Amino acid sequence: MSVANDDTAQPATFAFDPQNAERAKRIMAKYPPGRQASAVLALLDLAQRQHDGWLPRAAMDHVAGLLDMAPIRVYEVATFYTMFNLKPVGKYHLQVCRTTPCWLRGADDLTQACRKKLGIGLKERTADGLFSLIEVECLGACVNAPVVQINDDLYEDLDPQRLEALLEALARGEKPPMGSQIGRQGSAPAGGPQVLLGGAGE
Amino acid sequence: MLRDEDRIFKNLYGVHDWHLAGARQRGTWDNTKDLIARGRDAIIDEIKKSDLRGRGGAGFPTGLKWSFMPKQSDGRPAYLVVNADESEPGTCKDRDILRYDPHVLVEGCLVAGFAMGTTATYIYIRGEFYNEASNLQVAIDEAYDAGLIGKNACGSGYDHDIYLHRGAGAYICGEETALLESLEGKKGQPRLKPPFPAAVGLYGCPTTVNNVETIAVAPTILRKGAAWWTAIGRPKNTGTKVYCISGHVNKPCNVEEAMGIPLKELIEKYAGGVRGGWDNLLGIIPGGASVPVLPKSICDTVLMDFDSLREVKSGLGTAAVIVMDKSTDIVAAIERLSHFYMHESCGQCTPCREGTGWMWRVMKRMVRGDAEVAEIDALLDVTTEVEGHTICALGDAAAWPIQGLIRHFRPEMERRITERRSRQAAE
Repeated sequence: MSVANDDTAQPATFAFDPQNAERAKRIMAKYPPGRQASAVLALLDLAQRQHDGWLPRAAMDHVAGLLDMAPIRVYEVATFYTMFNLKPVGKYHLQVCRTTPCWLRGADDLTQACRKKLGIGLKERTADGLFSLIEVECLGACVNAPVVQINDDLYEDLDPQRLEALLEALARGEKPPMGSQIGRQGSAPAGGPQVLLGGAGE
Repeated sequence: MLRDEDRIFKNLYGVHDWHLAGARQRGTWDNTKDLIARGRDAIIDEIKKSDLRGRGGAGFPTGLKWSFMPKQSDGRPAYLVVNADESEPGTCKDRDILRYDPHVLVEGCLVAGFAMGTTATYIYIRGEFYNEASNLQVAIDEAYDAGLIGKNACGSGYDHDIYLHRGAGAYICGEETALLESLEGKKGQPRLKPPFPAAVGLYGCPTTVNNVETIAVAPTILRKGAAWWTAIGRPKNTGTKVYCISGHVNKPCNVEEAMGIPLKELIEKYAGGVRGGWDNLLGIIPGGASVPVLPKSICDTVLMDFDSLREVKSGLGTAAVIVMDKSTDIVAAIERLSHFYMHESCGQCTPCREGTGWMWRVMKRMVRGDAEVAEIDALLDVTTEVEGHTICALGDAAAWPIQGLIRHFRPEMERRITERRSRQAAE
């Protein structure tokens, strides 16, 4: 979490497009009357998706208005949760997991590979706006370590070579399949499950 | 070895169809109406008899927790909140339930929600689990369309809505009262207890917060009976458990096995053994980042359950087994965790906000040996000043890994300090 009191160019206004305005209404309906503030995380996420992956001040104000919240309450939320980007990010936002289970299996090498391949440091963006790089804490895929989250998708069982190939594919406009990059079935051990070998599972 | 028919999460690896049709084939949603027809007291009684303990880390008896909810409503609605904010380093078990066996959880929400007299369930899933949330939402929609939840759920006469709520990146929201704050649209900062959520929880209403796995196993326990569940595992440490085995093993994986399985057997049978063989083992964190590390000598014989691991001054936690072989810089491994807790402290309590940063900075120096030997005791002392002096357990969780390190690997810390000292003297 960081505060956007820097030179980031902030748009003057923001409003949900009609499709997102409709989505926002459906999200707010999940919560009891008078409890619409519960929708703040979801609406900020929606706004961030509409605004190229980052959340300008005007979007926070728009969400505050929709939810009848004081703007400061929305700013508090937007700066508390790490998934809100308060500055522009790349089209592909690379989030390398740095916590111990990934570190034990080479997370540092992945960060290094990104730096080298893209020529940027942590919290930086490539000049063409294609990639941005950060390190994050545990992503919750530890038995498939090391992992990198790219936008919404987890890429697992990585090593520097596979990650570099992945970045090249993304740069070419391809969308390689998420999940294990060495062909594992979910969290099953390499080579295939040793249990649950029956048919439909019954 | 646990038999496949005793495993609850039959699609743990996502080999089969996770949609409603596939889930039904595996026995989920089988006569759920009959489970509900047993009545609230009978369900809670059976769960109590099963000795099921919460799978989120603390191991609190689930039946007892459920019984804290009001028997009669005073007019307020009551809620079940499912904690799917899985973020404890090493832990990735709920992820598999959410993405590959979501109907097992949805059915659990209905049955547990009924047993506690709740009107609705909110499932709070960590924001990073975007694809998992997407599967779960599809499962919820399928359950509504089939009349399994919502009005007159499963034809039982009971109405129960289930809503999915995504977080946005904050480990602290796995703490139950921080989760409730977050669910209400605020910063995730833990609440003082009492009042406990069963009296004043979500929106000021009676609420129970349970882990994904805890809720998901409940319907199967009711179907097969408490006696089936208690026959697996050890007394007070009953049933099955999804273990996550990460780090320096040949084949990291998740597996559902019996509680109380020996740690060594778990690793050798399912995870292909320690890299370089069992004798190449340095230490293991047996229950997620928050529990103290164990040296090999204890790992040789310890059993994987709440009470066995407590006896050796560690804990089962989330059963996330982080294995470290002899190539590991153990001080750096724990320093990473100190960084994690500093990053995730919500900043509300001074001992945690200031202490986690202080401990990390000292740990960083300990990695290099850039310290005085006496500072090891100072560090240990500070961990005890943070532990127990904060609203929630994050302060404790930040203290314990360092305490475990000093307890078992103090000579290694001292060695670095004296070696650096003599290197400097030589220069």
